[in-house]
Amino acid sequence: MVLLQISEPGQSPSPHQRRRAAGIDLGTTNSLVASVRSGTPEVLLDADNQYLLPSVVRYNALKESTVGYAAYLQLSTDPLNTLSSVKRFMGRGIQDIKKLGSQMPYELTTQVDGGMPNFKTVAGDVSPVEASAEILKVLVSRSEEALGGTLDGVVLTVPAYFDEAQRQATKDAATLTGVKVLRLLNEPTAAAVAYGLDQGAEGIIAIYDFGGGTFDVSILRLSSGVFQVLATGGDSSLGGDDIDRVVAQWFSEKAGFSDDLSPSLQRELLMSARIAKEELSESIFTEVNVAGWTGVLSREKFNLLINPLVDKTLGCCKRVLRDAKLKASDITNVVMVGGSTRTHLVRQKVADAFHREPLVNIDPDKVVALGAAIQADLLVGNKPDEDMLLLDVIPLSLGLETMGGLMEKIIHRNTTIPIIKSQEFTTFKDGQTAMSVHVLQGERELISDCRSLARFELRGIPPLVAGAAKIQVSFQVDADGLLNVSAKELASGVESRIEVKPSYGLNDKDIARMLQESYGSAKEDMLARALREQQVDARRMREDLLAALKKDGRELLSDTEYSCLELTVRDLDKICDSQSYREISHQIEAASKASEEFAARRMNVSIKKALAGHSLDDMERGI
Amino acid sequence: MNFSCDYFELFGCPINYKIDLVLLDKRYHELQSKFHPDRYMRESLHEQRLAVQYVSFVNQAYAELKSPLFRAKYLLSLQSINFSDETHIVHDPLFLMEQIELREKLADIRETDQVSVALEKLKEDASLRYTEIQEMFEGQYNKNDFQVAFDSLAKMQFVSKFLDEIERLEEELDDF
Repeated sequence: MVLLQISEPGQSPSPHQRRRAAGIDLGTTNSLVASVRSGTPEVLLDADNQYLLPSVVRYNALKESTVGYAAYLQLSTDPLNTLSSVKRFMGRGIQDIKKLGSQMPYELTTQVDGGMPNFKTVAGDVSPVEASAEILKVLVSRSEEALGGTLDGVVLTVPAYFDEAQRQATKDAATLTGVKVLRLLNEPTAAAVAYGLDQGAEGIIAIYDFGGGTFDVSILRLSSGVFQVLATGGDSSLGGDDIDRVVAQWFSEKAGFSDDLSPSLQRELLMSARIAKEELSESIFTEVNVAGWTGVLSREKFNLLINPLVDKTLGCCKRVLRDAKLKASDITNVVMVGGSTRTHLVRQKVADAFHREPLVNIDPDKVVALGAAIQADLLVGNKPDEDMLLLDVIPLSLGLETMGGLMEKIIHRNTTIPIIKSQEFTTFKDGQTAMSVHVLQGERELISDCRSLARFELRGIPPLVAGAAKIQVSFQVDADGLLNVSAKELASGVESRIEVKPSYGLNDKDIARMLQESYGSAKEDMLARALREQQVDARRMREDLLAALKKDGRELLSDTEYSCLELTVRDLDKICDSQSYREISHQIEAASKASEEFAARRMNVSIKKALAGHSLDDMERGI
Repeated sequence: MNFSCDYFELFGCPINYKIDLVLLDKRYHELQSKFHPDRYMRESLHEQRLAVQYVSFVNQAYAELKSPLFRAKYLLSLQSINFSDETHIVHDPLFLMEQIELREKLADIRETDQVSVALEKLKEDASLRYTEIQEMFEGQYNKNDFQVAFDSLAKMQFVSKFLDEIERLEEELDDF
């Protein structure tokens, strides 16, 4: 019999009890996955010992997909069925995509309802969300092999400057793979975590994250394990891809190619541009040989070509400093993240802008996944004593359409999340019984310059004279940065709420269909997996409730209430091995309802304790 | 849940316009460390929701106490004096003249030779004025002169909006 168990603080007593968690960096160019094993985060390798998975998906006529290097090699030979840089299409409408460049090596199908365009492939239409899910599946199975079992959850990173629609699309992709998303984490914040913990940095740090398709800059304050994001900014369609495009354009002009290039020539030019870019990080000129044209590109010329793009990132840096109410000289450290920071000009101009040499100690390709792995390990419950905490913000303001096509901001950019805010509106016509609520995101005043996220109607307002009804609209942004909006007429209590499913996103029906398709024959597996998850949930709930009763039950509950909850525990106990998904989920629901009041009382007690701690401190301090 | 406690009580700070920002940050981190949804990942859905609500309240309270303008508004609201931008009129003609001049300067600034330098100077002047008004507010509030403090708050609002406009112009100049 074990009498005493001694374990390191923060480590679970036996390794097999550790839950399996991973951090996934779903990148524009490359994706990768990391996990914390024996206390340190490490990237997970594939069978060929590679950690980077090119974010390229190729479809064939049998509706099979290939992901990674094999697909990458077919980019210029099979351009229409080989999808790359899919991340740039996530949560975007056709109008946004047209802004990315005049020519695309794809065939796109436009959606009638203005949703995300699909790629036309031999396997049929493929949405960006489905293609991303294919990449995620490869990374999930890589982790499950490395960690020896089903994942308990993942932290999925997104560019900090991603808006609602882009975040939702990313989460939808994870839903299609069936993996549990513990949290959507902003990429620069993930990088800060990896840096902060590895280098023990304190103070104000700027994370300059220039990736394949997105640019983010975040300013954080690090003190004793708390990572507080002060401000974030960026451009969700500015990255290494754009560098490649200007260089390819230059090649094309020099070679005298016509403006109307075939998809495979476009791809060839882009790939040569990328190779040239990478070579220019090492040497001062490079020879180019593309589609029968030979020439030389010097670093000097290259710098001239990409200078406007780099200046754009510096403009974002200025803005974010202003938002954080800081000067460049207040920054203790600048950390470089993302493959595009290997470019000479980028390093040089960032150093000039912040008056200091940026840090590049951790591989800029790995740092985000490593940070995400640390957060995943924590959230899944492997480190109960760890005091690390991330406080993040929303990148873009959220608001409503008001009279005259103007946007009224409810939650301003750089507000710390989670946050709940409400605003009162009134009717403007006598006898008005409905009000339409149009949810927007962006910084500009005109609604036409903002992204439309959702529209819904509040009906059943009592018919009163104009201005008499009071309609309260509440915005709730959760810790993933996802928005929930509800509207309520205060006098009558009529209410309407909406989980904001952005207009460019997928609706639940799409997701159900895609899940069905993606599992197909594996449908049985999915049902079995769902059942297993429910059983685990029921068991966990039983344990948690039991523990809570033991700790606070006698103190906070009457005898009747106590016995009622004991009964709930017994019911859960009976059900947790049931083979009926519905039976278990029904019981879980009943149990959570029965314990709501108890949970609220326990919360109140801890709040009181936390506040009482303050006044005690104050007395000691003599206030 | 008890959301009724006032913001100052929440952070264990004395009810005063002058605030110890270091203490505020420390308390804020303490509360966040205890109640952030990340800490409730293993709890029931209901508890997770309660945590989100409570931390939202903490975030809101922190943001308002941190801002010189919102802190002033909040202090007066504790005295049942509610400030709304539309209804309050500043009666100080000298102050108004000065504001008109500042705004004219801002409107003409694009024609200046060195826009960013001129803008920086204007920002400095306005920030200085902003601090002065805050000090005025503090004195009046401490003497329980709430109506007079209310006038200062209105002035603060004026200058704060002006500073916002400067920032918007700076942003515009950054975009090329």
